[in-house]
Amino acid sequence: MRILVFAKQVPDTTEVKVDPVKGTLIRDGVKSIMNPEDKNALEAALQLKDKFGAKVTVITMGPPTAEAILRESYAMGADEAVLITDPLYAGADTWVTSMILARTAQIIGFDLILTGRQAIDGDTAQVGIEIAEHIGIPVIAYATDITLKDDTVVVTRELDNTYEVISTKLPCLITCTKDLNKPRYMRISNIFGCFDKPITILNNSILKFDKNEVGLVGSPTKVKKTFTKGPKVQGTIFNGTPEEGVEVILSKLKSEKIINA
Amino acid sequence: MEFLLTKEQLLARELFREFAEREVKPLAQKVDEEEYFPQETVRKMAEIGMMGIPFPKDLGGAGGDYVTYTMAVEELAKYCATTAIILSAHTSLCCYPIYMWGTEYQKEKYLKPLVKGEWLGAFALTEPNAGSDAGNQQTTAKFVDDYYILNGSKIFITNGGKADVFIVFAMTDKSKGTKGISAFIVEKGFEGFRIGKPENKLGIRGSSTTELIFEDCKVPKENLLGAEGMGFKIALQTLDGGRIGVAAQALGIAEGAIAEVLKYVKERKQFSKPIGSFQGIQWYIADMITKTEAAKLLVYNAAMKKDKGILTSADAAMAKKYASDVAMEVTTQAVQIFGGYGYTKDYPVERMMRDAKITQIYEGTNEVQKMVIAAQYIK
Repeated sequence: MRILVFAKQVPDTTEVKVDPVKGTLIRDGVKSIMNPEDKNALEAALQLKDKFGAKVTVITMGPPTAEAILRESYAMGADEAVLITDPLYAGADTWVTSMILARTAQIIGFDLILTGRQAIDGDTAQVGIEIAEHIGIPVIAYATDITLKDDTVVVTRELDNTYEVISTKLPCLITCTKDLNKPRYMRISNIFGCFDKPITILNNSILKFDKNEVGLVGSPTKVKKTFTKGPKVQGTIFNGTPEEGVEVILSKLKSEKIINA
Repeated sequence: MEFLLTKEQLLARELFREFAEREVKPLAQKVDEEEYFPQETVRKMAEIGMMGIPFPKDLGGAGGDYVTYTMAVEELAKYCATTAIILSAHTSLCCYPIYMWGTEYQKEKYLKPLVKGEWLGAFALTEPNAGSDAGNQQTTAKFVDDYYILNGSKIFITNGGKADVFIVFAMTDKSKGTKGISAFIVEKGFEGFRIGKPENKLGIRGSSTTELIFEDCKVPKENLLGAEGMGFKIALQTLDGGRIGVAAQALGIAEGAIAEVLKYVKERKQFSKPIGSFQGIQWYIADMITKTEAAKLLVYNAAMKKDKGILTSADAAMAKKYASDVAMEVTTQAVQIFGGYGYTKDYPVERMMRDAKITQIYEGTNEVQKMVIAAQYIK
């Protein structure tokens, strides 16, 4: 079985700051990490590999520095890593990104594609399902449990106030939530060696898109305005017992008329 | 030090930081207050390969190096000095001598399960009357019918009550003095071997520190480590590595205390200002950080030299002595900065201060370290 995992490198914060002039993310000084729910997707792939045997390929699209999350994937136990990088793709919206990722998946070949539900920087939750749409395979989003029997997956998925259990046949795509599993740590023995493993680089000379189809130019989404939320008011720290703390919070809530006295 | 670390070492450090924050930090207070040995943490450390970091992959190790192992101890010690010393005693004091002086049989039988973390290791040199004077071993080993028969007792043995395998030192020929000491690999189930009383300690309270008792303990002759009479040399060279582990533990404790202080001085207000805005506090912090950074240079220097095979006893002794003195000073200062709150168990700095003290004492008191350092330079 061949499993593809699409992962994204994101800034390690849920409070992303935006450059007020350029409208782009300020990445300086912010550590980059593998998007948390993409790590859940990788863990799901590795669990299937442990159970049934599979070749797990992690694919990311981004600048060359996105290599870091591919090394981490190797250290967790992935078998292959692919970096899609081309200046032509810069500024791609979810539609264009998913189109590029879909073509990559078709070139590599797969039985199952796993992605995170959404990235903590963009929070769109669109790319995974759009990949499936471009390829024309079934998709199950928001998985909290995946079981595989022969060529059928049974997935529990979480909706706003209900769970659904859905099954479909391979090949298909599943987007994974943080409740699906607890991603494993890297293995130290994998860390020593992971920088010697190959990373396949794919660029537009292989993926062959027309330059007007991709990047900012090809993206139908036009960003009108990007801004940072106003700063939060400085919090206060109360030292005391939990019981005293409850009293302090209650009286504060009452005095602000948030709850009734 | 960042610029001297390899990509692998930096990535491993990321892993240790994540692991320590998620698995070690939440248990640290319980480990201290309940003298709780964090068995589940040791199991998780084994899973990721932490119990065999500097050993080759073909022996079941992680294929890493001593610097990486040192960083692992450091990162654990930032939150829990007990967890750090469990790893250090296991790796430096038990796995390492078997790796260096063990036979193929001993590596297969003992080192492989140890580095995989299936077994835990310990090292038994100290006796009630052989502390700093470690050469004065009273435990004896007599060769009878393919067995060495051990008699005597050991004291203050780290991991004592939890270890599966012990490196035990005993006199095989008293007439030869320290050249009559030999090293043995002893399993916890060997006939005539039992664990004595656990110590009730000031710090590293979750660490299992016990007495070991040998009463006609039968050790098969193939469990002699190295040759007869090599024991003291094995002990001293092993301790050179062990001291880097203790130095890393001390470094981690100091760094952990500084992190707590940096958080606290921004939150705590007196005279309507965060106390970190006062120059008096700033000067304390500047000194704490400078000394800790200096300690780090000595610790990493020793670890890097060990990886290159050029470590001297004085390198390890200087790292251990300096880092442990800094840890004691920094943690004491941290308690002072926290004031009355620092003296309570509501904050971790009092624990760090109690934990720091042992790093000045074990694996050779700092006075012994000075003897080692001076001996190398005054010839």
